[in-house]
Amino acid sequence: MSTATELKSLYHKGKKRKILVILSLFLALLIIIIISVSLGAGSPRFNEAIQVILSKLFPFLGFDPGPQITQTIIFDIRLPRVVLAVIAGAGLAASGVAMQGVLKNPLVSPYILGISSAAGFGAALAIALGIGVVTQYGDYIIVANAFVFSILVMLMVYGVARLRGITPESVILAGVAFGFLFSAMTALIQFIAPEHAAVRVVFIWLLGGGLTTATWESILIALPIVLVAIALTMRYSWDMNVMSLGEEVAMSIGVNSKQVIVICMALATLATASIVSFTGAIGFICLVSPHIARMMIGSDHRFLLPCSTVLGACLLLCSDTLARLVLMPSEVPVGIVTALIGVPFFLYLLLSKRRQFWH
Amino acid sequence: MKLVINKLSFNYNGFPALKDVELEVGLGEVLCIVGPNGSGKTTLIKCINGILKTKYNTVLIDGKDTGKIGLRELSKIMGYVPQNSTSSFPFTVFDIVLMGRRPYIHWSLSERDKEIVSEILKFLGIGKLAMRHFDELSGGEQQKVVIARALAQQPQILLLDEPTSNLDIKHQLEILSILRGLAQSKHCSVIVAMHDLNLASRFSDRLLILKQGCIFAVGTPESVLTEENIESVYGVKSRVTNSVLDRPQVMPIVSVPNGIENSKIASRITSKDK
Repeated sequence: MSTATELKSLYHKGKKRKILVILSLFLALLIIIIISVSLGAGSPRFNEAIQVILSKLFPFLGFDPGPQITQTIIFDIRLPRVVLAVIAGAGLAASGVAMQGVLKNPLVSPYILGISSAAGFGAALAIALGIGVVTQYGDYIIVANAFVFSILVMLMVYGVARLRGITPESVILAGVAFGFLFSAMTALIQFIAPEHAAVRVVFIWLLGGGLTTATWESILIALPIVLVAIALTMRYSWDMNVMSLGEEVAMSIGVNSKQVIVICMALATLATASIVSFTGAIGFICLVSPHIARMMIGSDHRFLLPCSTVLGACLLLCSDTLARLVLMPSEVPVGIVTALIGVPFFLYLLLSKRRQFWH
Repeated sequence: MKLVINKLSFNYNGFPALKDVELEVGLGEVLCIVGPNGSGKTTLIKCINGILKTKYNTVLIDGKDTGKIGLRELSKIMGYVPQNSTSSFPFTVFDIVLMGRRPYIHWSLSERDKEIVSEILKFLGIGKLAMRHFDELSGGEQQKVVIARALAQQPQILLLDEPTSNLDIKHQLEILSILRGLAQSKHCSVIVAMHDLNLASRFSDRLLILKQGCIFAVGTPESVLTEENIESVYGVKSRVTNSVLDRPQVMPIVSVPNGIENSKIASRITSKDK
């Protein structure tokens, strides 16, 4: 029989391994970022790209800043897109963990609960019919529409769930129902849209087409919202752990499940809305990153949340890089690539591990 | 620590489940709640720990209304072990027991938290299961883990809802001995709802019989477990002896009033049409 001290050190060993996994993923992300920057038309080589980026970050260290054209490609074209993909992947994967955690359902994601459908509807309104909630800011009509409608759908879900009592079931059913409603309305817009060109733009937007037009401006808006939402969600890691034991037991351990559901859903919605408004609807990452992370380091949300966040960033960045490259000079919408490479990867992990990951 | 229940009534959507329950439970006491299905055992447990909301001043701890104590503070006073324990995501035994420390931690774990968890695991003899996954354990092992989780809350009152109903006889005795020991040594009161009258008789200081939401009888097992009481509460004739153990043991004798009628119906249901 093991002594209490041995038990404690056993726990510490497990914890160290989890932190190591997260750090390795983080390192992998940095490498993928530089590889991604150095791939594509007119790109610098790998070590050149490192030098140019370092010279900008630390001008006093004397790295070679490279020719003007390389700088333009890296800083104005490549990096904004890469950084937005990283933020989007991270935010979506974190939202996925939070939603699956508080709703105790492994099939839930921001995409499935109607946020993306509603954002798509808002975007379609602006693209195909020129109707916007703000009209004077040109480029931002689509973004504002998508954002407003994705927040709106969660308010609608909250309203319906409150009438029935806030439980995972009521939130999920209301979310799925409204998701279908907005998908149908988006289809209707595409059906009645006066121009065929606009229909195609809507179609691409619904597959994450917004990443192609990433700018530093969009990053400046999305990044703080996503960071704050993830940081605040982290504070509820313990509560999410406890909630997996059921609402009544959670209550007996001092956790008010209803309150945690509302807060975490609101944070996840905010993060997702601020991402998909710029990138377009991106599915699968938000569903699958939490599962892959759970297979890697277990269900403890203190570690699961950061792990899934970094993993989501890696996955989306890889997908987007491939999306740029496979059909050069034209591009495949990233939403197609996430599923095409994500599904085999996920199935491999699912079949190679024997444990059950949810009940 | 003293738990006082004062004129407690509870309705589920107008359907009365508990009526004017009055009870006092002192420190270090094991109280077993027995009674037929639907007599209000689970409801009483849930009312005591605030899962079900009750009227003001019906459940008091040291004179303080539990409704006015915050959820978190209350969880430091009372631990709860439900009828069925599951976890929607896989956790190790250590992680599950650590969740019982939730009322005491804000973000980071202290060394003390981990020490308490390790000691409790050791105390319940499940140290070697610490890194196993909860869902891979047997029913008896799972029950110990859930009790360990409740103990990690360092409660003064432990509430358990049929903790032995899915266990074999060895684990039944083991779990109840642990609870008895806790009440004696750790200065904690234990309130257990259960069906098995003989186990209840053997391990409780006092026994409470519920019938249709009311207290039918309360007192020592000897005074409460009588042939008359069992017949009027359960409608079952029985023989009560204390020849084997020094506590009363109940041997039910089949005595359904319309037993012959029932057997006719049963044969009609099971006989196949020719």
